[in-house]
Amino acid sequence: MRRLVLGLVCALLMAGPAAAVLPEEQLADPVLEARAREISQELRCVVCQNQSIDDSDAPLAADLRAIVRERLTAGDTNEEVMAYIVARYGNFVLLKPPLDLQTILLWSAPLLVLIPGGLGLALYLRRRGRASAAEPTPLTAEEQRTLADILKTGDAP
Amino acid sequence: MSAEIGQLALILAFMLGLVQGVAPLVGAHRGDSVLMSLGRASALLQMAFVVLAFGALATAYVTMDFSVELVAKHSHSTQPLPYRFAATWGSHEGSMLLWVLILALHGGALAFFGRSLRETLQARVLAVQGLLSAAFIGFSLFTSNPFSRLSPIPLDGTELNPLLQDPGLVMHPPLLYLGYVGFSVAFAFAVAALIEGRVDAAWARWVRPWVLSAWISLTIGIALGSWWAYYELGWGGWWFWDPVENASLMPWLMGTALLHSAMVLEKRGALISWTILLSVLTFSLSMIGTFLVRSGVLTSVHAFAVDPERGAYILVFILIATGAALALYAWRAPAMRTGALFSPLSREAGITLNNLFLLAATATVFLGTFYPVFIDVLNGDKISVGPPYYNMTFVPLFIPLLVLVAFGPILNWKRDTVQAALVRLRWPIIITVAAAGIGALAFGLAKLGAALGIALGVWLVAASFMLLVRRWGLGRKGAETGRLIRTTPLAVWGVAIAHAGLGVSTIGITAITAWTASEVVTMVPGQTIEFAGRRITLDALGAATGPNYQAEQGRFRIEGQGRPFLMVSEKRFYPSSQSQTTEAGIHGEAMGNLYISVGESATPGAATVRLWWHPLVGWIWGGAMIMALGGALSLSDRRLRLAMPARKTAPAKTGEATA
Amino acid sequence: MRRLGFIIPIALFLMVAAALGLGLRRDPSILPSMLIDRPIPVFDLPGLPPSEAEGLASSDFSGKPVLLNVFASWCVACVIEHPMLLRLQAQGVTIHGLDWKDEPAAGADWLAQRGNPYTLIGSDPRGRTGIDFGVTGAPETFVIDGHGRVRYRHVGPITPEVWSGTLQPMLDRLEQET
Repeated sequence: MRRLVLGLVCALLMAGPAAAVLPEEQLADPVLEARAREISQELRCVVCQNQSIDDSDAPLAADLRAIVRERLTAGDTNEEVMAYIVARYGNFVLLKPPLDLQTILLWSAPLLVLIPGGLGLALYLRRRGRASAAEPTPLTAEEQRTLADILKTGDAP
Repeated sequence: MSAEIGQLALILAFMLGLVQGVAPLVGAHRGDSVLMSLGRASALLQMAFVVLAFGALATAYVTMDFSVELVAKHSHSTQPLPYRFAATWGSHEGSMLLWVLILALHGGALAFFGRSLRETLQARVLAVQGLLSAAFIGFSLFTSNPFSRLSPIPLDGTELNPLLQDPGLVMHPPLLYLGYVGFSVAFAFAVAALIEGRVDAAWARWVRPWVLSAWISLTIGIALGSWWAYYELGWGGWWFWDPVENASLMPWLMGTALLHSAMVLEKRGALISWTILLSVLTFSLSMIGTFLVRSGVLTSVHAFAVDPERGAYILVFILIATGAALALYAWRAPAMRTGALFSPLSREAGITLNNLFLLAATATVFLGTFYPVFIDVLNGDKISVGPPYYNMTFVPLFIPLLVLVAFGPILNWKRDTVQAALVRLRWPIIITVAAAGIGALAFGLAKLGAALGIALGVWLVAASFMLLVRRWGLGRKGAETGRLIRTTPLAVWGVAIAHAGLGVSTIGITAITAWTASEVVTMVPGQTIEFAGRRITLDALGAATGPNYQAEQGRFRIEGQGRPFLMVSEKRFYPSSQSQTTEAGIHGEAMGNLYISVGESATPGAATVRLWWHPLVGWIWGGAMIMALGGALSLSDRRLRLAMPARKTAPAKTGEATA
Repeated sequence: MRRLGFIIPIALFLMVAAALGLGLRRDPSILPSMLIDRPIPVFDLPGLPPSEAEGLASSDFSGKPVLLNVFASWCVACVIEHPMLLRLQAQGVTIHGLDWKDEPAAGADWLAQRGNPYTLIGSDPRGRTGIDFGVTGAPETFVIDGHGRVRYRHVGPITPEVWSGTLQPMLDRLEQET
């Protein structure tokens, strides 16, 4: 019993936080169990609100967890297991959206802001920076008097 | 009786909001002081009526007046008093009234404290505030009236959702709303500036403290929400990228950018149109957040109401408010750009670059949150965006951002050089590289990411400390360190502490992501297991009762490191609402939290026990509170809040303000 | 040219607002079935006691369009839907039943108490066939044409409106196709 417990601890340390998985659900092979946890964390529980099947207590989530483990035991690769579930429930079940023509905007979001923004900033600074290197225009006599005023009265907060 | 008073007060407040929205606008246009002072008067009066209305609702809740429909739906005779009060905002209608209250309070404060502002500016700001107020009160009155009566009067109510019966509930929404609604002040100022066609030093000086206080509240509110989810939801997660969580993160990110942009505007007169745009966007994100929670356009654990009709009203309002503001921006902002110059390597440039990263991060969260809606509208496909997406996009964005944060305060205004900056930062650089090296050696290549994450946090803390060290002249000959420490402005303390807090949170997030340990096992009373270097024994499994619930309780004894201690976890059942919650047992220690959660087991007489070890998780929220503290210190620096004295001579020019 | 940059925010905003407005009319929780226009998954299930030998298999779905109704004895909405199904059976609609994630004996009792609207019934206590169909809960009803292809899935109980507005016209159209 202790060896099983220790084995589970090791497997779970590799896989990440346990959530809704019951002890009786877990596979004996720690490598397979770790893969099962990994896959489960990327699959959405479709009857819950924003949880993975790894995290959810829902019965359907438990069923899907069991199916993931069955497919892994039958020799499927991780991608094949995911494809099995997507074939039945659609792309909605993937917590990581697929990368295709539809989602290209989504995946390139950071670059879409950084690149044009960065270029714009660089151009702006280049133009402004050149100007700032120029000598500041000297103060007019009126401005000099205003300056003396301010310094005398200590108006600056 | 109190409900009728509240209803009447709300109606009067609505009408006053309309007056406040129109009169000062006309007055400012015509230079009519009477109309402009009408704006101030109606703002103060409106505030009074909204306070009355809110008080009426709260009274109905506390006195358990079940004839009021809201009270009947969210309160119960056995519900403890604090939760009876907090339930005032524990529903869609009630929380809307809380929003309206905070909006009215801000309007009143603007009317009262803003007398040193230029009259036309204050008038226009109040007008925008008034229109916002009227719109939200109107939303409340016409679609989500909190005061509707129930007939016949039920004997008892349906209690407040047990998940919400928690100290966290008392604090979380008010703080969040202080943040969301606080940004409306910046929005109002931005629109007023666009109408006027100019921005001056007084404007910048005014906007900054309001943005800062909103930011502080939002920071604490988000941290509180995360902490609450951690201990309430029963499995130890602290952030889920849930749409409603994202709805609070986006204004925070944009608000942080706004804060720094306003600082540049005030100090150097630069980034005028940027600051205005950020002001409009931040509050718009607040409003979109409120739209999200109430419209049902996305599914979420948090959704207050799933009501497309109400959602439509809010959306129309956002369309008008943000649309008008952005249209004004497109029209007026190009003429408002400044001549303030700065070189590519300067504090202004550093802040602008950081803002770019914050903008990218906000866009990422925005797209991740709303993409499912966009795709659904386009072709009916259903996709979902979850944590894996954000881990691959948001996290890589934040890493360079955090590196840059340390540079900002250390760079000179206007012009600086790479060599000088690096020289100033040589000690933090050395410390960070050493930390990374030690981490890589200690944790191994498999956890290289964790070592770098910790090093990043160390970088922020070291660079922040360096700020103070330079200020105090440590290591400089002839420096009067004692005096320098005593005269360090609060704002400098604020920056250093806030940025250091960011580093602390970074370390916490890295630790919990890399080193969480967990275990799930079936246990019977008397059984001991080993976990995280301790021996954990299930002492007893039995029943327990609370004021409005019954529970199955597991009592655990933990030994092996220091003195033995007890932990309790229970699964509660609330008979009045027929709902269940899991209360985890959490033991906070210096290096992390031990977290235990019990559940049912197929085996009779046993329980399914889940255990977690969460290293340094407290540092996440601790770091956020440190950030808030830094903000508060900055806010309390009087130099930031002294209004410009009204000048009889030439109007204040941009860039005149020093300090 | 410079002004163009200032128009970007409002342009983007209007697009987003339009999308959100349209999004209000969609229900984010409705998942379209992956099986639409695809053949039903292969399965062979036993029946409910005492007729375990006479179950439901994928080969039973050919010749004419039928409904496949997913139900269970623990399902509350199924109780509400049940009279409707009996009425449809009386009208001559062929409905097959899938007793999903249910103890066979419990399912049999439930039908004995309320009447049996089904022509054939398959017992799926483990729920695997349901998952092959992409079932997310009970009740759900599939419209399957005469060639054994899934044409539509309805989630939730069949109300008179759902029947007259969606399912009946669909079945009529499919009858004409075959």
